[in-house]
Amino acid sequence: MIPAAFEYTRASSLQDALGILASDEGAKVIAGGQSLLPLMKLRLAQPARLVDIGRLAELRGVRRLDDGRLSVGALTTYAELADSPAVRYGVVADALPGIGDVQVRNRGTVGGAVAHADPASDLPAALLALDAEVVVQSAAGSRTVPVDGFFQGAFTTALARDEILAAVILPAPRADAGSAYASLEQRASGYPIAGVAAVVVLGAGGLIEWAGVGVTGVSDHPYRAREVEAALVGTTGSPEAVAAAAALVVGDREVNADIHAGREYRAAMAVVHARRAIGAALARVR
Amino acid sequence: MAELHVALEVNGEHREVDVEPRTLLVTMLREDLELTGTHVGCDTSQCGACTVHVDGRAVKSCTVLAAQADGTSVTTIEGLGQVGSLHPIQQAFWDKHGLQCGFCTPGMIMAAADLVARNPDPSEAEIRHAIAGNICRCTGYHNIVAAVREAAAVMRGAAASA
Amino acid sequence: MATDVLGAPVKRVEDPRFISGKGRYLDDIKLPGMAHLAILRSPYAHANIRSIDTSAAKAAPGVVAVITGADIPYNPLPMAWPAGGASGIQNNVNTPRALATDSVKWTGEGVAAVVAETAAQAVDALELIQVEWEPLPAVTDAEKALADGAPQLHENAPNNRVFDWQVGDRAATDAAFAGAEVVVSQRLVNHRLIPNPMEVRGDIGWYNPGTDEYTIWMSSQTPHIQRLLLAAFVMGVPEQKIRCISPDVGGAFGSKIYCYADMALSLFASRLVGGRPVKWVETRRESFGSTIHGRDHITYVDVAATRQGEVKGLRVRTLANLGGRLSTIGPGIPTTLYGRILSGPYKIPAVHCEVTGVYTNTTFVDAYRGAGRPEATYVVERAMDLVADELGIDPAEVRRRNFLPPDAFPYDNPSGLLTAVNGSKLYIDSGNYEPAMDKALAMAGYADMAARKAEARARGKLLGVGLSTYIEVCGVAPSKWIGAVGEGWGAAMWESSNIKVHLTGKVVVTMGTQPQGQGHETTFAQIVSHELGVPMEDIVVQHSDTQGTPFGYGSYGSRTSNVGTGAAVKAAAKIRDKARRYAAHMLEANVDDIEVEGAEYRVKGSPDKKKTLQEIAFALDLAFDTPPGMEPYLDETAYHDTDNCTFPFGTHIAVVEVDEETGNTELVRYVAVDDVGKKINPMIVDGQLHGGIAQGVGQALWEEAVYDDDGQLLSGSLLDYALPRAEWLPSFELDETVTPSPVNPLGVKGVGEAGCIASTAAVANAVNDALSPLGIRHLDMPFTAQKVWSAIQSAKGGQA
Repeated sequence: MIPAAFEYTRASSLQDALGILASDEGAKVIAGGQSLLPLMKLRLAQPARLVDIGRLAELRGVRRLDDGRLSVGALTTYAELADSPAVRYGVVADALPGIGDVQVRNRGTVGGAVAHADPASDLPAALLALDAEVVVQSAAGSRTVPVDGFFQGAFTTALARDEILAAVILPAPRADAGSAYASLEQRASGYPIAGVAAVVVLGAGGLIEWAGVGVTGVSDHPYRAREVEAALVGTTGSPEAVAAAAALVVGDREVNADIHAGREYRAAMAVVHARRAIGAALARVR
Repeated sequence: MAELHVALEVNGEHREVDVEPRTLLVTMLREDLELTGTHVGCDTSQCGACTVHVDGRAVKSCTVLAAQADGTSVTTIEGLGQVGSLHPIQQAFWDKHGLQCGFCTPGMIMAAADLVARNPDPSEAEIRHAIAGNICRCTGYHNIVAAVREAAAVMRGAAASA
Repeated sequence: MATDVLGAPVKRVEDPRFISGKGRYLDDIKLPGMAHLAILRSPYAHANIRSIDTSAAKAAPGVVAVITGADIPYNPLPMAWPAGGASGIQNNVNTPRALATDSVKWTGEGVAAVVAETAAQAVDALELIQVEWEPLPAVTDAEKALADGAPQLHENAPNNRVFDWQVGDRAATDAAFAGAEVVVSQRLVNHRLIPNPMEVRGDIGWYNPGTDEYTIWMSSQTPHIQRLLLAAFVMGVPEQKIRCISPDVGGAFGSKIYCYADMALSLFASRLVGGRPVKWVETRRESFGSTIHGRDHITYVDVAATRQGEVKGLRVRTLANLGGRLSTIGPGIPTTLYGRILSGPYKIPAVHCEVTGVYTNTTFVDAYRGAGRPEATYVVERAMDLVADELGIDPAEVRRRNFLPPDAFPYDNPSGLLTAVNGSKLYIDSGNYEPAMDKALAMAGYADMAARKAEARARGKLLGVGLSTYIEVCGVAPSKWIGAVGEGWGAAMWESSNIKVHLTGKVVVTMGTQPQGQGHETTFAQIVSHELGVPMEDIVVQHSDTQGTPFGYGSYGSRTSNVGTGAAVKAAAKIRDKARRYAAHMLEANVDDIEVEGAEYRVKGSPDKKKTLQEIAFALDLAFDTPPGMEPYLDETAYHDTDNCTFPFGTHIAVVEVDEETGNTELVRYVAVDDVGKKINPMIVDGQLHGGIAQGVGQALWEEAVYDDDGQLLSGSLLDYALPRAEWLPSFELDETVTPSPVNPLGVKGVGEAGCIASTAAVANAVNDALSPLGIRHLDMPFTAQKVWSAIQSAKGGQA
């Protein structure tokens, strides 16, 4: 319940925060703290210094870019996201109410969820399915990378130690796309046993032209199930086609196991929820 | 560790406290400000007994550093209403037997207050969703749900007649 | 004249402080000079302690003292309910010490403690204590622990056996099976639960060297018992030197009945540091391992029945996992409170039950809400459904054919309830089971269930409906029962109440029971208001402090409303009696001519000649003019033991839907018709039922303590142990029948556990009903999504 002792610095600017990170190897960024503080209270994380970026106005807010894409500042809370145009993506609207609880959504941030890279976090699945990008800032400058590939392992991302995640970029909404998220909750923690986000774009003749499928809870990090996407593209999205594609959602990945869900069950739930998410996404665009 | 100076507004009053950096907001409220109405029910940020409002939003004060609350406005159960001037949600919990041992009650009331402030006429399902982050072991939630509905109705009535 | 509030849904007098943040729970108490204690707990389920090096911890900032078991005199905690004379516990009792010295028997036993200036410093210093461990093989399952070659926990308990206990008529039961038309058998697991009241436990121990007295604030259901136990067994100090105070208690559900190591530790620690008060509050994760667990039975049940579904015999063999050492009344739960009531509301002529208590490398097990009775109800209610399933008869009809008829009472049950001292007998006092069931069936729309199942199936859901027609043995009294045949806890089971009417006419009621959320300050005020005609607002009900309240055995086992109220009614009668005698003196009348109505004492036939209770109290307190032999002041204490237990009953019906693809199970409706006799406060009664139902549903669907083979508690935090949440439950549909108990002077029975006793079996029967179209006959709880899915997969595989 009581974290190990640490030093605390509130960053005055993004550059200030980046400077501290660059100069202090023991420093770790805290924003909303909804993922980090629980670990620190159990002393599973014991950073020597916290750099609080929670007040940095430059990282706040959701805004539409000129090309129609949405830039979601890293400090945008789940609650703020729910009040933003981002909920026009069905996949985001579906996922948000199941993330934590009201109190967590009031304080937890989009950037925190992505940077923390919990293997069972809901939002990363949605971002993967949307083929979103993240903007990463370091003292040297900024870079934009796809979310696909950003998650590398449990609590491990492509973020370097001296970088800060500044924003998430969602693609421009389109009328010919539908999306949905379906998951099965682990009752105690509220984290998904398996969660699947699906985006489908219908082309001419009602054939699926593009698909994005993001999966969480199943493996050591959220991933994009390209096998499922490939199997969907070019089909009409018939129940048979969806079921056949959903069956590919796990592939040969190493599946997580715990007391709530063994490998076999978790893999089966990934398939069921892939089917449900894709089906719901199709229903929204048809 | 150097202590941090935290200045904030708590229940409408300006307060200043020196704390260790690792001090949680709930610890500062309970130990330094002696506002023991906010309770600690778990150590994994799950039970919601410590729910307070920070800048008008319900948060778990066990999952916020006191340092992060510097400069904010915090409302605890003590600030929501006192005997003689109870908030309609407090009154409804009393009227509808929405509590037994009382331990989860302050956090539950703060979560409910957050809901009703945003949604003046919540359905049963919306109430149950809004208090999903608050565990009560005594009531089975039945009368809590009834209390929140009642409070919302009273508050709507008050708003309509205002 | 005060309005009669008995039976009215009076708002609780406790609530203003709780809703405004002014409750005072243990952790809210700060004493001058208070230090903080933290306990180092075993990471191993079974290990010898080779050495403990505390030197680094002693040197850490803020540390006042570091304590190991070697610093504390050898005084193991008491075990007070030895379960059963000749067949029960002999010389194999093993209980915890304040801190373990030689070995640990479960993960979470305390081995060392730090006292420091702040709680943070105490926790920091724990990390500096070095323990050299010798890990030993562990066993966590009762069946495995009894097997040959199992790791042995205690030298004095070969094969990890705590006791073999039996009750009922073996020969008659064997005969019933020999002649049975149908026999149904099933292995049932009633899995282990972790109580989790929202307030964890804690103590503040304070030794005053100036008076050589000990005071302990504790989050406890039983301050008087703890004073007795701490004095007589643990601290080795005279009872009058200890004072126990339970402040507001944030829920308990049985887990705060017992004498815990930390109580003794906080007192020893305070003495060790020269008399500074020492506070210890467990963390939630600590609570998972160091506060008692509940249930954990493996049961083999055989049912003998006729083809018409009449049950003729019940044979039950149960292994009760009691943990690594024995808790205060652990052995009493799976014996007296389980085996003796297995026949439930049914006229089963022959019952035999054998229980084996077992040591395992797990947290100790003791009474958790319902305590033995939910386990018994689960066995007999599953048995009824298994018989129904076997014979193709509706489960409600099977119950109807087996119910005791309303003229059967008082009923001498065959599972040994009758046993009490000196040949005295206990009976099921009253009951009328069919009307309650019929009402519940009508409310639930039971007749339409087939259509609802078809409709659900079209949505991909398996709908199931389950009944639980329970009875509860309420009261944990009389003393002659608990003290019977050597299986009681060597202590009585009466209750106490004191009433003082002060000079101002205001009334102070103290009692020996100890609430944890039940609203006793309200209900006892209602009773005393009713009895004395004093308005509730003129009455205060006090409890929880051994200094200033009469001795009592505490609140658990739904006993306060049965036993405790009896004491309050008696004390009020004594007050009335004395007031009447003094009124006669004041009015210069014969005492037989004084009639009492509410608070007015009048001379018969002369209605103008009267005194109010307030006037009487005033004059009797001043005592300027008292008749010879009459003591001043209206102050009466009464002690009440019951003649019998009380037996609430009812029918609960659960409706569930199972997602066939995921195994996810939702409770969609819950109907309950309960007969708790007369109600002191129906609003509070309903609240008790709601909470009990939710806890029982929690057991059936979500809650489960899971150990790995090494004895690590895998469900050791709220991240892995699922407590019921608001979103998972429907609103409950409640109704009642009223069959007053002849045992209690008010006709009340008790209600603290009824919901929890009934609901687990109702939900279990509902889920099994939902799964029965797939050919699944029985699945054990909890019905987690994975378990249900696996059963469905197996069943479908079997069909293919």
